Amino acid sequence: MSTTTTPTPLGRAAAGTADYLDQRTGLGVAVKTFARKIFPDHWSFLLGEIALFSFVTLLISGVFLTMFFVPSMAETHYTGPWDSLNGVQMSEAFSSTLRLSFEVRGGLLMRQIHHWAALIFMASIVTHMMRVFFTGAFRKPRELNWVVGFTLLILGLLAGFSGYSLPDDVLSGNGLRITDGVIKAVPIIGSYASYFVFGGEFPGQDLIPRLFTVHVLLVPALILALIGLHLLFVVLHKHTQYPGSGRKDTNVVGFPLFPIYVAKAGGYFFTVFGVIALMAATMSINPVWNYGPYDPSPVSAGAQPDWYMLFLEGSLRLMPGGAEFVTWGDFTVSLNVIIPAMIVPGVLFTLLAIYPFVEAAVTGDKREHHVLDRPRNRPFRTSFGVAVLVAFFILVLAGSNDLIATHFHLSINDITWVFRVLFFVGPWLAFIITKRICLGLQRKDRELVLHGHETGRIVRFASGEYIEVHKPLDAHERWLRVQHDNIRPLEIEPAEDARGVRRKGYQVDRIRQRLSQVFYEDRVEPVTPSEVAAAHAHGHGEHDEIAADSHEPAQVGGGTHLVEPEGETTTDGRNPQV
Amino acid sequence: MKALAARRHDRRAPIVLLLLALLLTGGLYAVLAPTSADAAPAAVSTDDVKAGEKLFQANCATCHGPSAAGTQSAPSLIGVGAAAVDFQVGTGRMPMQMNGPQAPAKPVQFDDEQITQLAAYVASLGAGPAIPTADQVDPAKGDAANGMALFRTNCAMCHNAVGAGGALSRGKFAPNLWETTPTHLYEAMLTGPQSMPVFGDTNLDSEEKRDIIAFIDQQGEATPGGLDLGSLGPVSEGLWAWVVGMGLLIGAAVWIGAKSS
Amino acid sequence: MSTHDNTSHDLEVRDGHTAVDRFEDPGHPEHKPRLGDLDPKANKKAERQVLFLFGISVLGTIGFVIAYFALPPGETPESMRTSNLALGGALAFALLGIGTGAIHWAKALMNDHEKSEERHLQASDAETREAAVNALKDGADDSGISRRGALKGAVVTAVALFPVTIALPLIGNIGEDWDVSKLKHTMWKKGTKLARDPSGRPIKASDVTIGQVFHVIPEDLEEAEHPLDEKAKAVVLLVRLDPRDIKSEQGEGWSYDGIIAFSKICTHVGCPVALYEQQTHHLLCPCHQSTFDVADGARVVFGPAKRPLPQLPITVDAEGYLIAQSDFLEPVGPSFWEREK
Repeated sequence: MSTTTTPTPLGRAAAGTADYLDQRTGLGVAVKTFARKIFPDHWSFLLGEIALFSFVTLLISGVFLTMFFVPSMAETHYTGPWDSLNGVQMSEAFSSTLRLSFEVRGGLLMRQIHHWAALIFMASIVTHMMRVFFTGAFRKPRELNWVVGFTLLILGLLAGFSGYSLPDDVLSGNGLRITDGVIKAVPIIGSYASYFVFGGEFPGQDLIPRLFTVHVLLVPALILALIGLHLLFVVLHKHTQYPGSGRKDTNVVGFPLFPIYVAKAGGYFFTVFGVIALMAATMSINPVWNYGPYDPSPVSAGAQPDWYMLFLEGSLRLMPGGAEFVTWGDFTVSLNVIIPAMIVPGVLFTLLAIYPFVEAAVTGDKREHHVLDRPRNRPFRTSFGVAVLVAFFILVLAGSNDLIATHFHLSINDITWVFRVLFFVGPWLAFIITKRICLGLQRKDRELVLHGHETGRIVRFASGEYIEVHKPLDAHERWLRVQHDNIRPLEIEPAEDARGVRRKGYQVDRIRQRLSQVFYEDRVEPVTPSEVAAAHAHGHGEHDEIAADSHEPAQVGGGTHLVEPEGETTTDGRNPQV
Repeated sequence: MKALAARRHDRRAPIVLLLLALLLTGGLYAVLAPTSADAAPAAVSTDDVKAGEKLFQANCATCHGPSAAGTQSAPSLIGVGAAAVDFQVGTGRMPMQMNGPQAPAKPVQFDDEQITQLAAYVASLGAGPAIPTADQVDPAKGDAANGMALFRTNCAMCHNAVGAGGALSRGKFAPNLWETTPTHLYEAMLTGPQSMPVFGDTNLDSEEKRDIIAFIDQQGEATPGGLDLGSLGPVSEGLWAWVVGMGLLIGAAVWIGAKSS
Repeated sequence: MSTHDNTSHDLEVRDGHTAVDRFEDPGHPEHKPRLGDLDPKANKKAERQVLFLFGISVLGTIGFVIAYFALPPGETPESMRTSNLALGGALAFALLGIGTGAIHWAKALMNDHEKSEERHLQASDAETREAAVNALKDGADDSGISRRGALKGAVVTAVALFPVTIALPLIGNIGEDWDVSKLKHTMWKKGTKLARDPSGRPIKASDVTIGQVFHVIPEDLEEAEHPLDEKAKAVVLLVRLDPRDIKSEQGEGWSYDGIIAFSKICTHVGCPVALYEQQTHHLLCPCHQSTFDVADGARVVFGPAKRPLPQLPITVDAEGYLIAQSDFLEPVGPSFWEREK
């Protein structure tokens, strides 16, 4: 706290404050620990920050809106500058939304900032989650933080949905009506659950105040608490880093929190807020005055929810109606609603939530990981992720099928049928194609390491032989392509021991091995120094035959099928289609 | 678009007035009793009817039959009235170019005089709804608030909340209404072209139709929030959030993450 | 310190013999200085750029204040849009100026030498773990909980039971009267006049010509205690077909001279089914595209709905007004568990 130069008045004041605080809180320890904490630098690490900063934007604009919004379903008649609603009967909620949009200066801007920020919040959560998934950042020790993040995603959906319905307009009202229909489809307790939510029959008199409490108190409080936990974990684990020379599981390479990230992240907050303000200034969002106050009779074409709920709308649209049936005892089971609105999202979200645990279990991976994977080096995980995304995207498109029909002059019925088929075929195709692309990229890496860059320079030898000169990779370039682990399917002990006695636990091991083969059977292994040596010894670096047994595992447990850069069609009958 | 519609309206005002004079007796009767097929044909100029018949024989008879009684491929036009002709031909929907799920609006094939003649001819075949008067379709005289309430209940489910259009089954669609003239809007409600149901005067009376026209007249112009993004609702908003919002933000992230040179 | 070697007790899946045949990490690449680190002019220029960006932010804030007073939203969509654009644009400048200024500062002027920090295993070391276990054990011993089984049971029981005091009144009241049988009835009854939505004017049979569609509410809707709740179940769509086009109905004599009325609430999840295609007699739901054939007892011809829309039996009274013969004979709207009971 003491400096050799003469302190300025400001400096003295700062020192005084710091001293005061430290004497009462021991703040010095925290500052010493955290001020120069190192964070790695990469654009994709900022995706989560978009989510954080758009949430802050949501809080700021949300507080503004609560000052003017009246969460009540009491009836009133609107009078104000909006002609086509003058004298119309509506709820206080709708009327106050109009007032805060048209009469409060800056109110419309804040409302549009709030709604755009909500769309960006969900979009950035999903993008951030994709980054974490495809780079394997969810691996030990971060599995719990993945679950925290997943819960934040669900809470984000809840926050978005409850806020979307607050203005009490026709569009969101029909969304609530669909929600009511879905709730009623729950077996046994459906009708009661609907009464529970709506305070009696739909739409009732209680819903808007209830949603308001959920939207401004319950969900934001939970989100705030979990964001705190999420960030605490980040500090605890230290941030992951992309592979590169000098970056190991035992270190973290980057820039100090103070000043670099104070400036960069602080600046990014203002950038996120600024971009959202720009959108709110120029693009209209959720113009509720177009939809009118809620009334159970009307509905408008283009009746869709915000984008993050669109996949549910899509799955409802795709499901054929025949699945509903009546059981013995005359109970109705609406599988035409239960499957698309509960089972499909249930499967999707369960897969997301448990993936880190499944991968760790079937691959027997119990190490800590702090260096990220390049997606190509984990072909199964990458292809699986892409397949899930494709399924999600097809549902989103199905939820927009009426707009696709009008904009491309197609029949809505044909589109629905195409999506019904694509929902099952698309993800498989995506899986296969992505896996092939990953393996291809890995082979490209091998090729580069073994033979170097093509230079385009053709040289003729005295013997008359032509070759193209290849420039070998420098050590840093090469390291990026060979640093990843050489992952193989699990090898297990044989079923019988030396004396021929059947081993206990063999069946379980066998199942784990099978699953592990699903994950890692198709793979390209990183180049080893001896392979490079062999390649160079062979000649000018062309079509070298590499002794396959140089990296064959010592114990072949029936599970190693290498996809070699060359000739796999002849040496490996199980991958003939490459 | 308001100015545009008004100008278009002005241009055709004399013709509308002329037609009104021609069809006064029969037309008004037809509006009051649109389905009474045995009503007396309207008194029209025989020249118009003759010219209209010629046009009809040359352009329409192939599908609608030489006596306009309809064929397998097209409905009878007896009793559809001048309003139906003015709408179908005046928006370019007829003559139809090819068979499809529905006849779309396209560049108009005939000039205003020819449309008047065709309408006069078809109206002479049997009484039907007449072309509305300028007063009946004047947006300035309508009550937009009532129009919005009526539009919401009767029209928005197909044409979208502000008339941006929407999908129907099997490739059919409800068109965007922003560029449609008030007269054509009125005629469409009155005659129920193609998939559209009829909104006769017993359902939405003349004043209510004018209220709806007044509401539509306000749409497709300035929106308080900025660009209207097609007024298509949350799907286009979501698309723009990803393209513009996430696009700019990821761009900024890449800039932050890149090493300064 | 190393995280590499804590797997000896696990299933070995990697390394092993290949560990020896691997490339060595070449270590941190050499630091490349920026232009501004070498050239004081470039450094000065970057500083001016940062100054300029912060300056833009200040101008943005000033602009916002001016726009606030000079451009009120006014009465027309145009003036509202201008106000919104001016305020939002100024705000965006104010924010983006700070944002880009700070980032540019960090990138161009702050020390850009990468630093490395060691990581440590997440797990606490053996000593700490043992101390933690001992702490818990000591605590448990002090409480004597292992010796007093009855106390343990009592605490668990009391704590588990007490939430009832909050849950009971909540659950008791949150669903109003919990009378779910209301889902099975609407306010239509014998003699209720069919009226136009939203005006409430009753409809005469002679008002309805072929090809017309009416959106219908019960005439006495506004007299209901909660009109919206009733409307949510009672809305009806009325069309007139050529009687020869009607292939089937849900009940004998439920229509009147081709005038036929169906519930407007979709049997899928409850959207108002209102897109009537006059030529095909199909009713399409804009939410999930369930399609019903009005000429054939509202049979489902496409989409996720299973059941036809319930038909409202109608007739005319002495004055020629359309009236209901009774309530719907089955529950309207989406399916629920005890629907058929």
